[in-house]
Amino acid sequence: MHTWTLILLLLAVMALAYHLGIKRAITRVGGLKQINHLHSLPTYYGLYAALWAGIPALLLLGLWLGFQDHFITTLVTAQLPPDLVAAQSAGQIDLILNDIKNLATGNIVSATVTPEIQAAADQFARFEQLSTQAQWLAVLALALGGASFAWWRTEPQMRARNRVESVFLVIMVIFSSLAILTTLGIVLSVLFESLRFFELISPLEFFLGTNWSPQIALRADQVGATGAFGAIPLFTGTLMVSLIAMVVAVPIGLMSAIYLSEYASRTVRAFAKPIIEVLAGIPTVVYGFFAALTVAPVIRELGATVGLEVASESALAAGLVMGVMIIPFISSLADDVINAVPQALRDGSYALGATQSETVRLVVIPAALPGIVGGILLAVSRAIGETMIVVMAAGMAANLTANPLDSVTTVTVQIVTLLTGDQEFDSAKTLAAFALGLTLFVVTLALNVLALSIVRKYREQYQ
Amino acid sequence: MNNINNIPSTSPAASDVPRRTIDIVNASLKRRYARERRFRRLGAFAVALGLSFVVLLFSDIVSKGYTAFAQTYIQLPLNLSAEVIDPSGSREPATLAAANYTKLIRDALRQQFPDLTERQALRRLYALVSVGAGDLVREQVVAEPALIGTTTELWVLADDDIDMLVKGNIDRTAAPEDRRVSDETIGWVTQLEQQGRVAKRFNTIFLTHGTSREPELAGIAGALMGSFYTLLLTLLLSFPIGVGAALYLEEFAPKNRWTDLIEVNINNLAAVPSIVFGLLGLAVFIGFFGIPRSTPLVAALVMTIMTLPTIIIASRVALKSVPPSIREAALGVGASALQTQFHHVLPLALPGMLTGAIIGMARALGESAPLLMIGMIAFIVDIPSGFTDSATVLPVQIFLWADSPERAFVERTSAAIIVLLAFLFLMNLAAVLLRRKFERRW
Repeated sequence: MHTWTLILLLLAVMALAYHLGIKRAITRVGGLKQINHLHSLPTYYGLYAALWAGIPALLLLGLWLGFQDHFITTLVTAQLPPDLVAAQSAGQIDLILNDIKNLATGNIVSATVTPEIQAAADQFARFEQLSTQAQWLAVLALALGGASFAWWRTEPQMRARNRVESVFLVIMVIFSSLAILTTLGIVLSVLFESLRFFELISPLEFFLGTNWSPQIALRADQVGATGAFGAIPLFTGTLMVSLIAMVVAVPIGLMSAIYLSEYASRTVRAFAKPIIEVLAGIPTVVYGFFAALTVAPVIRELGATVGLEVASESALAAGLVMGVMIIPFISSLADDVINAVPQALRDGSYALGATQSETVRLVVIPAALPGIVGGILLAVSRAIGETMIVVMAAGMAANLTANPLDSVTTVTVQIVTLLTGDQEFDSAKTLAAFALGLTLFVVTLALNVLALSIVRKYREQYQ
Repeated sequence: MNNINNIPSTSPAASDVPRRTIDIVNASLKRRYARERRFRRLGAFAVALGLSFVVLLFSDIVSKGYTAFAQTYIQLPLNLSAEVIDPSGSREPATLAAANYTKLIRDALRQQFPDLTERQALRRLYALVSVGAGDLVREQVVAEPALIGTTTELWVLADDDIDMLVKGNIDRTAAPEDRRVSDETIGWVTQLEQQGRVAKRFNTIFLTHGTSREPELAGIAGALMGSFYTLLLTLLLSFPIGVGAALYLEEFAPKNRWTDLIEVNINNLAAVPSIVFGLLGLAVFIGFFGIPRSTPLVAALVMTIMTLPTIIIASRVALKSVPPSIREAALGVGASALQTQFHHVLPLALPGMLTGAIIGMARALGESAPLLMIGMIAFIVDIPSGFTDSATVLPVQIFLWADSPERAFVERTSAAIIVLLAFLFLMNLAAVLLRRKFERRW
């Protein structure tokens, strides 16, 4: 809680600086009577002081918190006795460091505590304490220094408003650039880990291999020690579940959009549309629970009555429920594009004697087709990236099968399974999750870009 | 000229009279109208199917979960003798807390069934009450020390199997090997029921306790607090950032490559699978910056990045709906560009932005996939009390309970889902009301 106290203290300093800034500006200009000689409103001088007090100090604090851990760890590693470090792999050194940290913070330690480790832990704790003290001192000094700098700079001619406003503008630019930073962060983090994975396992094996069993060896001489990382079964599993979902969602979503926009009365539409859209707001974990505990047993019993062997975690159950989840997605997108088709097209069709369904099938749908296709592509990318339903209702076994009653596994399920166990960060198993994540990101991104460009192109046509 | 309507007849058996278009049309009308009706019915069927899915989902969850809000208790005359609880007579909380209340409950149970002497049978008898029943009695005694030395009828928490039995989720007539409860136990429970010693009472444990391996002791308070801290921090981070970004992009940004790039990015981020944000959180926030796992802090950072596109898009729509005349009037009386935005445009756009923020928060409340990556699936009993305590959140708690084999957890999972859906409903309602109240037509 140390850091929170410091942040609160910093806020207090900022508030103080704000008040003093206003006071200072009024004093410098010669009292309230002369206030119209100030360049800006007094509050801007206050804000100017508060910003000088807060921003540099907060930046320093952020940097400190971000790099303190790295820095101390490096220092402690450098001072570890050489005989402890010699002939150890990077992973084992990490383990030792973990023990040291746990010992320093009073957690449970995995190995026996040797004097060397105890000494290192003591040093770690000492460094940490020192760092925290220095951090408080430096941050508060910087805040007070900033405030006094503002105090010294404050004079009636200073263009406080312009300065404050340009700071706000810069902050807004930074905020809006966060989107790019995020994308960059995703790409870089996933890419780097994936590249490290592909150093261990060739991309050819990953993308074309048909055997997925990501075991890692406990001993170096173990049989089958490398594990198999052929992701084809995952891709086919993902495709199968998504396909089942689409088979459910596309007809139902499309037909209900057509009915609600072309046939239904105003009251029916006002009542049915929001209720169907409730399906979009239900958390996916709820769907997963529904799929695993309600739909899957029903399907298994149905299969048993007609003599079919259905796996308890079948692709069908996950796909069906995912389809239900996607219905509102397709129906509201299709609804939008159908409503965007100009009434003149329909009127022309009616004038030629077409029935309403003929108009819909032969005029409205073809006119809206690009938008509908775009919507379906977006829905496919949704289905591919969906996680909770398949984690809860589809299986873990990487079967290469075309039977929807079998258990399959998907890319997202494997990412979750690989990353939720306890394992070291650098093993091929963990890195494989990032390679899968990269594949997922690239595929869904491509689908989205394609879909959005189709939708946009279409929208322009009728405007 | 006279054969304009003369279309070659399709069948040679047709009459020699040349057929006119109107006849062909008339002949096909019946088929076409039937088709029309079919199409229409198909549409109505699709809508009905969609609606029935909603009904099915809700009724399934509610019918499975509503029973979890009641919990079975067994009334036992507990001899709270002073010698056992507080031999020194000091009534100090520490002494009271250290006493063996489980033994008192076991004594009371044995009194109810005096014929039982065999050790195995006694052990099965003791299994009627929860392993945590002693702790609950202790809480009662510590809160009310006057009970010591008396024999009081107290309601003691029953085991989850007994709870299921009383609620009828275990079929008493099924073959003994098919159910988790033996005939002997059913006999005891029936006897207690006949004495009026078994009752279902409102399940406060579910709402006030953290999770537990024992279904009857498991509650959602820990997960709720975790969700609360996560959402609070997410809102504090994502709302200012989202509004700032929207203001810049909508009102200040020059039309150039950089802002185009930002826009494309925001639209794409809104469609990135949520699990990828989990990977980002794991690699960057935990791996690089060393933020502790399983904390609301790291969860909130991931959620902020995830909800930001939603909030930015909604805020931009809200800003667009403020008419330009407001800006022009403000600029006309000498306000600076930023003053115009902060003093005039922003207050008018705020309700729309808040609506977007609430919807974004509702999404974040229901999201669980990225949180699995950043360690929120740890088994945490304690109720978190800050942003850096280990915690889990409600949807992840649901995921964890859904994996548990005990029948009683199915009920509790459904109940947790009901609570989650209730919160989502309230948030969406707030968004709708906010929109109704402040929506302006210019």
